[in-house]
Amino acid sequence: MQTKRTIFPNKGLPYLLLAPQLVITFVFFLWPAGQAVKSSFEREDPFGFRTTFVWFENYQRLFREPSYINSLWTSLVFSVAVTAISMGVSLLLAVAVNRLLRSGRIYTTLLVWPYAVAPVVAGILWWFMFNPTIGILPYVLDALGINWNHRVNANHAMILIVLAASWKQISYNFLFFVAGLQSVPQSLTEAAAIDGAGPFKRFWTIVFPLLSPTTFFLLIVNINYAMFDTFGIIDASTSGGPAGATNTLVYKVYADGFLGLNIGSSSAQSVVLMAIVIALTAIQFRYVERRVQY
Amino acid sequence: MVENRPFLTLLTHLVLIIGVVVIVFPVYLAFIASTRGGGDFMSGVVPLMPGPHMIENYSRMLTAGLSTYGAPPVWQMLSNSLIMALAVSIGKIAISITSAYAIVYFKFPFRFLAFWLIFITLMLPVEVRIIPTFAVVANLGMLNSYPGLIIPLIASATATFLFRQFFLTVPDELMEAARVDGAGPMKFFRDILLPLSRTNIAALFVILFIYGWVQYLWPLLVTTDTRYYTIVMGIKRLAQVADADPLWNLVMAAVMLAMLPPVLVVIFMQRLFVKGLVETEK
Repeated sequence: MQTKRTIFPNKGLPYLLLAPQLVITFVFFLWPAGQAVKSSFEREDPFGFRTTFVWFENYQRLFREPSYINSLWTSLVFSVAVTAISMGVSLLLAVAVNRLLRSGRIYTTLLVWPYAVAPVVAGILWWFMFNPTIGILPYVLDALGINWNHRVNANHAMILIVLAASWKQISYNFLFFVAGLQSVPQSLTEAAAIDGAGPFKRFWTIVFPLLSPTTFFLLIVNINYAMFDTFGIIDASTSGGPAGATNTLVYKVYADGFLGLNIGSSSAQSVVLMAIVIALTAIQFRYVERRVQY
Repeated sequence: MVENRPFLTLLTHLVLIIGVVVIVFPVYLAFIASTRGGGDFMSGVVPLMPGPHMIENYSRMLTAGLSTYGAPPVWQMLSNSLIMALAVSIGKIAISITSAYAIVYFKFPFRFLAFWLIFITLMLPVEVRIIPTFAVVANLGMLNSYPGLIIPLIASATATFLFRQFFLTVPDELMEAARVDGAGPMKFFRDILLPLSRTNIAALFVILFIYGWVQYLWPLLVTTDTRYYTIVMGIKRLAQVADADPLWNLVMAAVMLAMLPPVLVVIFMQRLFVKGLVETEK
């Protein structure tokens, strides 16, 4: 690993400089994570007196549990939908802003602020709009003959959280797409224009392929976001309901462990989630670091 | 612009205007609700035009809150959020910049191990270790306290990486010159490296301030005492009652107040915000 050509000779000082970060990492990250792994192999009796080592029983139970399989499926649908919608919309907006010279800045300012909105607040805003009794959108939908009620209809609940989560993520994707578009050399598009390629052809054959490093990076980040950072949105709008229709993996860990106090199962779920984050981080660092270059 | 196509330019503006409307509409609706009287939500659909009760609603939420529903005054939750966001961002920057300094400017046994231990925190968000982390904080007696809200969140791999990357680009000659002039490691750090890192620190601060402000799950776990509620989690409690009693005007006033500080930071420090966002994610 890289250092400087010359270094300071001190022996104790670097440890002192690293100490605060390492102590916090150990106490609040590594130790709890180890505990989660440990208790995922254990079963506690109902009174909490004894714990027995049960090997993979918690995992076997977990993957036999229909509600967990349902939660896996829910997370998958949710992540794919949020990633597709927020990336698609923000690419469109970024391409549009990139075409403009002066007014682009104003549009950018108007589009980026939702990044700073807390997920819970985003959940409440959309929940308010879709509120079956007083919300504006159910009123409009009613005129179209759709009876909106996300409290009883599983699909409606899923649409609600997908929209809220995508809404919040658009600003982030937008900024990265704009940065990516600005690094596409103008000379290439000009050359293509001289050769007679129209704007749409230029986009699909030149700009979009050159944008692929950004797109791939955002793909990973968005899946990560949809899996782990949307707890607040779900808690504020549907609380995992109706009947588990929006119970994503992260929400289920919280509901089973913190509200339901089922430590063994919750720990096994935590370990599965850790495996997912590790996989996503590994992909991100393995492939995104040495981006696809032309 | 490669060529002039008026129709396409029109389409561009149209797309962007629709985009902005969709992005702004949920907040507009919340703002409108926060200016109306309580009776406006009894009948039918949410109004679309502002009402006359704005000052009344906001001042009531700021000073009194909805104490009957277990929600403290908003100013108190706002100040808790401010304390938390500031402490988290300053804490993260402080411990990350010293870690990066140690890793780049010193050679010592276990340097590589230290770097990897910090890297691992990336893979362990609060969401995957809820119960055991809660247990640790409870055993340390840090529930319902500012240290409990703040300290477990201030380890930061991304900030450490950012500073490491930056330190590697600082010319070696600076350090050599400083050593020739007799500066020790801490003097070099304070008088040369810190001033050089100013823009990076500022950009990172904007991102981390927002990160600290929008935290929800962690405050939800460690605070049960209303004195330590942050605004973002307090709002959730408010929203639960609003559905039973139509107090939407008051709830939405609180929602607007919770959104305002970080959104203003993004709008007024847009350059630093974009820089911080793009750099921390590399």
